[in-house]
Amino acid sequence: MSSIGTGYDLSVTTFSPDGRVFQVEYATKAVDNSGFDSTAFPLPILTVVGIKCKDGIVLAVAGLAADGRQIVSRAKSEAASYEKVYGEPISVKELADRVASYVHLCTLYWWLRPFGCGVILGGYDRDGPQLYMIEPSGVSYKYFGAALGKGRQAAKTEIEKLKLSELTCREGIVEVAKIIYGVHDEAKDKAFELELSWVCDESNRQHQKVPNDLLEQAKAAAQAALEEMDAD
Amino acid sequence: MAAAHACSSAAAAGEAPTTGEHRMGTTIVGVCYDGGVVLGADSRTSTGMYVANRASDKITQLTDNVYVCRSGSVSAHAIFKIEAFSLLFSHAVNEHGKGRAQFLGISSRFFFCPGRAYIDGWKKAADTQVISDYVRYFLHQHTIQLGQPATVKVASNLIRLLAYQNKNMLQAGMIVGGWDKYEGGQIFSVPLGGTILRQPFAIGGSGSSYLYALLDHEWKEGMSQEEAEKFVVKVVSLAMARDGASGGVVRTVTINADGVKRNFYPGDKLPLWHEEMEPQNSFLDILAARSPDPMVQ
Repeated sequence: MSSIGTGYDLSVTTFSPDGRVFQVEYATKAVDNSGFDSTAFPLPILTVVGIKCKDGIVLAVAGLAADGRQIVSRAKSEAASYEKVYGEPISVKELADRVASYVHLCTLYWWLRPFGCGVILGGYDRDGPQLYMIEPSGVSYKYFGAALGKGRQAAKTEIEKLKLSELTCREGIVEVAKIIYGVHDEAKDKAFELELSWVCDESNRQHQKVPNDLLEQAKAAAQAALEEMDAD
Repeated sequence: MAAAHACSSAAAAGEAPTTGEHRMGTTIVGVCYDGGVVLGADSRTSTGMYVANRASDKITQLTDNVYVCRSGSVSAHAIFKIEAFSLLFSHAVNEHGKGRAQFLGISSRFFFCPGRAYIDGWKKAADTQVISDYVRYFLHQHTIQLGQPATVKVASNLIRLLAYQNKNMLQAGMIVGGWDKYEGGQIFSVPLGGTILRQPFAIGGSGSSYLYALLDHEWKEGMSQEEAEKFVVKVVSLAMARDGASGGVVRTVTINADGVKRNFYPGDKLPLWHEEMEPQNSFLDILAARSPDPMVQ
């Protein structure tokens, strides 16, 4: 037994004597160490960093990309089946609930492993812009601003400084760019690629890549802010 | 379930008028007004020439904010029992039916069915009654899941789903009406084949053929609630005057942001239209009355 520690971390169906499920914590670690940063917050108009999921709703993934794709494909089929039965698009809340149930399901059986990724799910439906974050354990909360991945702590601190209720979407993408550039350590990390997409009134409440000119502007503003900080 | 054939063949064989299939020769109406909707229906259910029920309620509640007007035939439906432990109850299963059955083709999709289902008996109910029972149940679940009332569109789409998937077995035409906070008052009609149409006003049932031109001419956008209610009672009573399969009383349901109001207009309080007779206590009175003056040249 000593060679495998206490043995309480071998299965996702085993509790440790103090009530923890180690396997789920390991999965969370996979997300926390991911160099794949996602930052998002819903503004009066929403901004999100992410992967296309269903028109109008986006998923941003941090962690194992392959696991993320599994979640994206599940989210797509949930959204499609909902629309087939009820005749109208799924709400962001309902989709977040369903995706969270799916993620949680994988923590309940010994023959499955938990997902090694967390997702940020954002969309703009008739109840306004909303943002949800789903962790590998399957918990899902609604956020004003959320961050996942290696730089999440620093990103969260930056998000908290923002006045989200007053930010427009165009201002928002600049802030997101600043945050992602800010948490990226040029000395330690490899070169990175910034991708921005949004769901807002300007994009007709549909998911869309942020137009190139705006993306370049945001990048420039982020780099300028970074240099200004270095100069101080 | 060929309702029309059952009626005519029963009459031809000289059977009692009550042995045929019940039909809801009907007049149903749904109208949008400024702020909500008014649904209206007559109340006659007949078996051939015989009025089986003269005060039926053809407007059924689906949720707090959505109602449906029903028209179509009444036929026998299988009542199923689900055996949770088929081994324990294998005796019962063998006795009552052969094999499993699926009604409306939805049991596998919507229910977790741990054992097997068998036919427990037959019950007469309108096709539309069965559809609305299912849809009411689905909407109840959906409301709990969403944490807020279902929209009129969702309710109508569930009706459409059942009507379309089972069109071979059903004779059902429905008008769904209701109010929700997103789109306000809405009318959807789901006619025989199970298509779905959003309309500012809709009519259905055998009596509706007498009404098309009238509504084309007289329906106005942005009526007040009072205007709309009066309008609905008028058109339903007009159809009742012309259509032998419609009659009795007029029932209306008005749905808007403030809630639901049901109204009842007894047959003797309805306007008398062209060539309609005054209400009589007995047909003997009519016979005893002096016959009209002979024609004078």
